[in-house]
Amino acid sequence: MAGRYVARRLLLFVPTLVGASIFIFVLMRLVPGDIAEILVYQTGGETSAIQQKQIRQIRQELGLDQPVVVQYLDWLGNAARGDFGQSYTQQRPVADILKERVPRSIELAVLTILLAMLWAVPLGVISAVRQNRWADYVVRVLSISGLSVPIFFSGVLVLYLLVRLFKWLPPLEFVSFTANPVENLKQLIWPALVQAFYISAPITRLTRSQLLEVIRQDYVRTARAKGLAERTVVYRHALANSLLPVVTFIGWWGGRLLGGIVIVEIIFSVPGMGSALAHAVTQRDYPTVQAMVFVMALVFLALNLLVDLLYAWLDPRIKYA
Amino acid sequence: MRWVARVLGRFAARQPLGAAGAVIVLALVATAALAPQLAPHGAKEAAFAPYLPPSAEFPFGTDQLGRDILSRVIWGTRLSLYVGLVSVMFGVTFGGLWGVVTAYFGGAADTASQRVVDTLMALPPIILALSLMAALGQSVNNVILALTLLLTPTAARTLRSLALSIRESPYVEAARAAGCSHWRVIALHVLPNTFATYIVLVTVNISYAIVVEASLSFLGLGTPPDEPSWGAMLTAGSQAVEAAPWMFLFPGLAISLTVFGLNLLGDAIRDLTDPRLRGGLG
Repeated sequence: MAGRYVARRLLLFVPTLVGASIFIFVLMRLVPGDIAEILVYQTGGETSAIQQKQIRQIRQELGLDQPVVVQYLDWLGNAARGDFGQSYTQQRPVADILKERVPRSIELAVLTILLAMLWAVPLGVISAVRQNRWADYVVRVLSISGLSVPIFFSGVLVLYLLVRLFKWLPPLEFVSFTANPVENLKQLIWPALVQAFYISAPITRLTRSQLLEVIRQDYVRTARAKGLAERTVVYRHALANSLLPVVTFIGWWGGRLLGGIVIVEIIFSVPGMGSALAHAVTQRDYPTVQAMVFVMALVFLALNLLVDLLYAWLDPRIKYA
Repeated sequence: MRWVARVLGRFAARQPLGAAGAVIVLALVATAALAPQLAPHGAKEAAFAPYLPPSAEFPFGTDQLGRDILSRVIWGTRLSLYVGLVSVMFGVTFGGLWGVVTAYFGGAADTASQRVVDTLMALPPIILALSLMAALGQSVNNVILALTLLLTPTAARTLRSLALSIRESPYVEAARAAGCSHWRVIALHVLPNTFATYIVLVTVNISYAIVVEASLSFLGLGTPPDEPSWGAMLTAGSQAVEAAPWMFLFPGLAISLTVFGLNLLGDAIRDLTDPRLRGGLG
């Protein structure tokens, strides 16, 4: 049953990924000016016959003189074999860039979610258990303000305070976790905190509203009626059942986080996937954009599937459809 | 007029936070409408010394080009609300109609449209908008177009699932039995019943659209650079965090206040229209 469900879902990945890659492919071709023009005109000056010739030559080397359909099928064929081509701006294979950048962004995303869970779920529980009392109001106003401060503002604000108070400067070189865990966490903790503050607001609100719904159900009344301590009722009986939508939300956000990470990466100079992608878009580095968007869409789909499976595993009432 | 006051009074009593949000939103709309009267200077007027700290003459200081930040924040209210409202109206209306019509007829067209929605939703939104802006060029209308494209699939999905349940309801069957054409059923029986959800989607998404607009401008691919976008002002400020913190502080506060007010109002409207949440969770 589950096996067939997973197989069907995996099969649906294919049209979605192909559709997404076509979409980005066409979009990037619509961008005025290509890499050949950027490379040649970089040296400045007037358009000359020599430059025109250079542009034609570069386009031919990169296959940009081919019809778009041919270019796409070439790309797709290579990508299916795991070959994402050469980056136009960095003289190395896109696969190498992915290998370098993806783990950093994933680490940042995981750190963000862990930090957010650390305070968001307990705050949601407090808010629900003390519904309409002052603790509830404080938590609700806090979480709605958390939602209201966009990451680019809280990010710059934190950067300002770090610079002012601690003379902290964004590191020039990234240190990986395996090389030096302490240095690595020092670099990632601030961007992770900024993002965690933002996503903890919806987690708190969701935990609160779900817990309130579950707490009114009959089995919770039964648990109370048979004399269980309130603590046991809340944590053992109610919370477990109210965390399901929270799990969905976090999975969904995890997929989104990789795309949204671009802003904190730029503010805190984290050389991850988001900042590389934003840079590649402005530089018309087509192969890098294609590959990164592909990876992001794949991670998004895979996380969604994982959440659905987790959901059915956590709640046996849910059946695969 | 009395009943209006009574309805508003009841809203304020039942949703105090929502009423606070409504007051903030009204103040912002007034600011946007009266920008020419309120702003001491033009938004693009670079007539003063750069990097002046806040003073009596320039309460929010001046920016790197010597423009009055207070005036730009005020003009920026107009830009943000305009972009947010227009793109959400387009995106939610278009996506909603799409979702309702495909849900009503079902079949292969519905399945195909679901795949398109899946595809658009699998793309990271900021990156999608960013590539679109790179392709189309920086202008206010293109930002609206990019935001519309981001909002359409979500609205299509939400209203599709709602329309699926409406389609099965007895009154739709009755209308069909009475001889209404499909399009008449959609226009007179299905669409009116999606209206509450439509309004909620619009209010909830305006703040999202405003934040994405500012994010695009922050990344340098939003509205044209001289437009008073809060996002672009924050970018300029982030490049001078230590020397001129007022440059990022005031536009940042303006956008936070706007999103805060819209969120409070949106939550209240959602609670009032969603019968399952009525009277409880606030």
